[in-house]
Amino acid sequence: MARDSGIISWGAYVPRYRLKAEEIVYLWGWDPNIPRNLNVTEKAVENVDEDSITMGFEAAYNAILRAGINPKRIGAVFFGTESKPYAVKPSATVIAEALGVTPVTMASDLEFACRAASEGLRSALALVESKYIEYGLVIGSDTAQANPGDVLEYTASSGAVAFIVGPAKEAVAILEGVYTYVTDTPDFWRRGLSPYPKHGEAFTGEPAYFSHIEGAVRGLMESLGLKPDDFDYAVFHQPNGTFPLRVGRRLGFPKEKILPGLVTPLIGNTYNASALIGFARVLEQARPGQRILVAPFGSGAGSDAYSFVVTDRVDELRDKAPRVDDYINAKKYVSYAVHAKMRGLYRRIAN
Amino acid sequence: MRLSPAQIWRTRIPRYRLLGKECKKCGRRHYPPRPACPYCGSRELVEVELPRTGVIESFTVIYTVMEGFKDRAPLIIATVKLDDGTRVVAPITDAEPEDVRTGMRVEAVLRRIRDDGSYGLIGYGTAFRPTILVHKTS
Ligand SMILES: [Zn+2]
Repeated sequence: MARDSGIISWGAYVPRYRLKAEEIVYLWGWDPNIPRNLNVTEKAVENVDEDSITMGFEAAYNAILRAGINPKRIGAVFFGTESKPYAVKPSATVIAEALGVTPVTMASDLEFACRAASEGLRSALALVESKYIEYGLVIGSDTAQANPGDVLEYTASSGAVAFIVGPAKEAVAILEGVYTYVTDTPDFWRRGLSPYPKHGEAFTGEPAYFSHIEGAVRGLMESLGLKPDDFDYAVFHQPNGTFPLRVGRRLGFPKEKILPGLVTPLIGNTYNASALIGFARVLEQARPGQRILVAPFGSGAGSDAYSFVVTDRVDELRDKAPRVDDYINAKKYVSYAVHAKMRGLYRRIAN
Repeated sequence: MRLSPAQIWRTRIPRYRLLGKECKKCGRRHYPPRPACPYCGSRELVEVELPRTGVIESFTVIYTVMEGFKDRAPLIIATVKLDDGTRVVAPITDAEPEDVRTGMRVEAVLRRIRDDGSYGLIGYGTAFRPTILVHKTS
């Protein structure tokens, strides 16, 4: 039973620069097998003039371009990130202003580790269904941080994704159901004045990632009376290239349904854009009538499982803006030293 | 570089959206927006959102940069002729000097143009990058 809301359009952004995993192996003297064990080869890194706002803007610009709607009809802009350029001062208003959505709109930055944008998506869909807004814009964008020398460095990457949500009759993918599952689980955190997050190593797996995604996906399938066979694609949060395949196996989803939305092996984990950029990539190949499972996860911890059914409109919109793979393929490698400069990791003194 | 809230706020719309002005008298467009037409002096101007693509007409590579821009050196600054003929002076990003040539197609992107240290404001604005997305419309 479909609900009266869905995805109207999508847009993605991946920065041009890539850092190879082997550079990190060499610099910090890691076991050379680590990238293979994590199923990652390289990650996308931002240029010196980029941040989560500029990347989120481009993803959102692409979503509006693809939809062909007047930005003034957007009634909510939700920005999910854990790499805010300002600790206090909303990023959502900068993007809303740059897109021409302002001034009559809701706008806020959300925080729930990697799951903030997904909470924004659920909220925006609900605002559409309750007729508070006509369209909502949801953005997930991160320049993910990792302590230099931490294993997190192999995956923490940069990228953004955006969705316009609206009424089901205009949707490329209609919302069929959503199920949220959260608990207080200390698997990954960053205190206010700390530049880098800390994490519970192995604790990030079983009690955090697996238990919450499985809780949300099982709850969704039970509430809709669906089983893994009913889905054509399954997209999970992807902190590395192996966890999504493993959680899929445990839930009964074969590898073939997961691989189309698995982008972390190519660009790293883009945090708030992680599963959602995978969802965008799936929309770029899905056929009308197909059913997509999307399950983002955020530390701390929680997961939302969504079921979407693709409509005929997807074929009309696919080529109206750059695709995820256009960005994945447009790349240039940088050394660790150049990446460190672009990130401001060197301590200089003023002349 | 010291950035005042008033300065950031006043120029944000033209900087973010590449909003220029069109002269109602001579029909020509200019950027950034000024109170009078630079071609005929008329004050009868309307705001216009400029096209986000164009070609590099000329460019210069700045190796000796002001303090605060060292991490961006060398800076590439270009005159971009937009598809409607309007000329815009802006930084070229996501490109190294050896990649850049006159006549190259570029597209507008929102970037951090200026930055007031770690505690001050960030000045967002328009830069151009080589049109890298070979996007098939089949
Ligand atoms: Zn004039």
